[in-house]
Amino acid sequence: MRGSEIEITKDLTIPKLFLQQCKRFGKNKVAMREKEFGIWIPFTWQDYYENVKYLSLGMVSLGLKRGDKVAMIGDNRPEGLWAEIAALCAGAIGVWLFQDCMMDEVKYIIDHSDTRFFMGETQEEVDKALFIKDECPKLEWVIWDDPKGMRSYHQDFLISIKKVQELGKELDKKEPELFEKMINEGHGDDICLLFYTSGTTALPKGALLSHYNMLTMGRNLMAVDPCYDTDDFVSYLPFAWIGEQMMSISCGLQVGYTLNFPEEPETAQQNIREIGPHVMFAPPRLYEGMTRQVQVKHIDSTWIKRKVYQFATYVGYRVADLKFEKKPIPWYLKVLSWVAYITMQKKLKDHLGMSRLRHCYTGGAAMGPDHFRFFHALGVNLKQIYGQTEIAGISIVHRDGDVKFDTVGTPIPNTEVRITEEGEIISRSPSVFQGYYKNEEATRKTLVDGWLYSGDRGFIDEDGHLVVFDRSKDVMTLSDGRPFAPQYLETRLKFSPFVQEAWVIGHERPYVTAVMCIDYSVVGKWADDRKINYTSYPELSQKPEVYDLIQRQIEEANRDLPDPAKIHKFVNLYKVFDADDEELTRTSKLRRAFVENRYKEIVDALYGEGDVVHMDTTITYEDGREQRIKTDLRIQRVKH
Amino acid sequence: MVQGGEFKEGDTLLKLEDIHMYFGKVAALAGVDLEVKKGEIHSIIGPNGAGKTVMMNCINGLYKPQKGNIYYKGKRINDLKPYKRAELGISRTFQKIELFGGMTVLDNIRLGRHIHLKSGIFSGSIYVGKTKQEELESRKFIEEEIIDLLEIESIRDKTVHMLPYGLQKRVELGRALALNPELLLLDEPLAGLNLEEVEDMARFILDINEEERWKVTCILVEHDMGVVMDISHRVFVLNFGYKITDGTPEEVQNNPEVIKAYLGEEDLYATRR
Repeated sequence: MRGSEIEITKDLTIPKLFLQQCKRFGKNKVAMREKEFGIWIPFTWQDYYENVKYLSLGMVSLGLKRGDKVAMIGDNRPEGLWAEIAALCAGAIGVWLFQDCMMDEVKYIIDHSDTRFFMGETQEEVDKALFIKDECPKLEWVIWDDPKGMRSYHQDFLISIKKVQELGKELDKKEPELFEKMINEGHGDDICLLFYTSGTTALPKGALLSHYNMLTMGRNLMAVDPCYDTDDFVSYLPFAWIGEQMMSISCGLQVGYTLNFPEEPETAQQNIREIGPHVMFAPPRLYEGMTRQVQVKHIDSTWIKRKVYQFATYVGYRVADLKFEKKPIPWYLKVLSWVAYITMQKKLKDHLGMSRLRHCYTGGAAMGPDHFRFFHALGVNLKQIYGQTEIAGISIVHRDGDVKFDTVGTPIPNTEVRITEEGEIISRSPSVFQGYYKNEEATRKTLVDGWLYSGDRGFIDEDGHLVVFDRSKDVMTLSDGRPFAPQYLETRLKFSPFVQEAWVIGHERPYVTAVMCIDYSVVGKWADDRKINYTSYPELSQKPEVYDLIQRQIEEANRDLPDPAKIHKFVNLYKVFDADDEELTRTSKLRRAFVENRYKEIVDALYGEGDVVHMDTTITYEDGREQRIKTDLRIQRVKH
Repeated sequence: MVQGGEFKEGDTLLKLEDIHMYFGKVAALAGVDLEVKKGEIHSIIGPNGAGKTVMMNCINGLYKPQKGNIYYKGKRINDLKPYKRAELGISRTFQKIELFGGMTVLDNIRLGRHIHLKSGIFSGSIYVGKTKQEELESRKFIEEEIIDLLEIESIRDKTVHMLPYGLQKRVELGRALALNPELLLLDEPLAGLNLEEVEDMARFILDINEEERWKVTCILVEHDMGVVMDISHRVFVLNFGYKITDGTPEEVQNNPEVIKAYLGEEDLYATRR
């Protein structure tokens, strides 16, 4: 069944739809699976229904009221989704936090959102809640679901999810009609989720989304790429990211496909392979990770395998390029591409868990053309998506057979996208959000006459595709006025398996330079093979051999580039950019202004005469501890 | 001392009486007494060559002391072979990892469970009845109690020698736990680990000791004073074959003889702080 067959009216809410689907599928269909203790454990729609119902009623008996906020934090797991739907069923509003949020972020969001219920997974999240409890007086209950490590916690406001569900069962005995009554009170225009956006510049803003926003989003996306109730989807990206909500709730609930939760975040890749999902939506860094993995395995494999791989990728690239240009594929290439499929692509796609994939999307940040071509050469239907939290997910997507890797595609149905005179991208659709929570000024700036002002720059090309510039100016200029594109360069650099992160500098400077973060495992393996000794990331990154290796990657990226865009000097950083150090946003976008300030010494040295930078700085661990680092970084010039 | 029957927390689980162990004319242990109560984490500390590992080897039966008695649950076990002592519930890890490098993590852990498998070679070869039941129970135990506890889901099918050192240490602990021990001997479980791995390991030891499911008594030989003082109930200080003292962490830290034996190493305690 296609999701778009369900009529989305203003009266429909997520809980009402949930109830409909539970009644429709009941015990006969698996709603979700979780891998636990090495086995995939299924939950039918009936199980889903019961768990949500009792959890919802349990929270009501603890005092949850309509309009209250329920914050949730933890890995992707059935309990997380149950808590979200349970909150919505009771007319409450869900607030998701990124699992690796630092204390002050958690505190800010809990306090700002007026959260009364906090739902954590295990001791780690409970600790976060306990730490902020005194400073967030509105927080009343902390619920946990994994007993591990909880043996010595006895505070009155701590309660296990099982206990809450028992309370729910008691309430259900007393008032059997209550659950459906609560659901029926809801209206499509009610707020269902409060989403704190990552904010590349300022404090996070809370975007309010209604049931109608979320449901129309799923409908409009699936009108382009239909999903079926027999499909499988793997839910492993943070629920605090709108993309995951769009796939798991907006689309998932409408079609009723099966959600699969990996055992642990570390086993996600393995678990994806076991499931073989039909749809996938992930930010570029995941695809970049896969590319790197393939390239490394390729370097390590035997001669014959390397030859087969080279042949198959050569054919794959030829075919993909012809498809991009919308040219016919000659018969001999079709034959060769079949051989490439049998010998390499089939197996490789299986390893990546992509063998059943119909559509896969990337969005949230820019993805380099190299990575894009790589997946199409493998025969994977990778498409760009463009959107933001404020539009409940996405507004623009590539259509099958009309993929251009420098664009993000064309608007989905019921969505208008325009460019203002200043070049700003604005959009209008039923999914446009209701405003920012307790921030009217920001709402006024963002929402004008129903149009959502994105703050992104872009233009619409001759085929009607939208082209988006980077948020912080995609094109920069050197001090002599010649332009270069830092993000394009960065994605090119990141195509090398040895490079994990790159930061290209040069705005209003005489030439372009780069700060490089090596990939610890790949470069580490490379060093092991060459008997180069190292004990830590900082030490490895400063090895002369590693510098030469990185220089070769830069020379490769520099090739075919116009002179002003070429990287002249670089430095290997002693650590990888990290969201905990505020260098990246939670969705892994580089915060240029921040790093520019933080690594001022490095930037100065890159444009100075010296060859060495002395660094004395602190790094922050996830639990808030800090460590001081003193080190010398070498600057190396790139030959042209 | 209680003999046989159900052992409660606080009962003496293991007792070493006047243990002498010589290698040629070198006295590795010269009359050592130790009493470990059920439910404790009892650490043994001392400088290099003090005889800590020799003590461990005497307890688990790798060495046979020339003089003295070892009682486990009130029963003298001097003459029992190591595997017999394992059957009684004494399990251990080693200072230098002693895993089967070519086998997977899961197989290494399963091996620790072998002692509890009762079915014979014939029913095993056709996998029916009792064998099947036993295998299912053993799988459940390993997955739910060990893999989940030690958080090694992502490596269960990896070959051990491919793993980083810190994870190998964890696997070794997993194998020792597969025995479902009552007394666990941990020989330098933190050596060679980085800060994060040390914290994980210390937490696992606490879990094993405190969690209702396990409640394992631990004897811990360790050089990391920060962790030893943090997690031990009692600390036994050994100095070249002789006991200096045996007491709570506070008593030991304030004992002048201990400070003397560790002279020049006062900062040892501060290393992880």
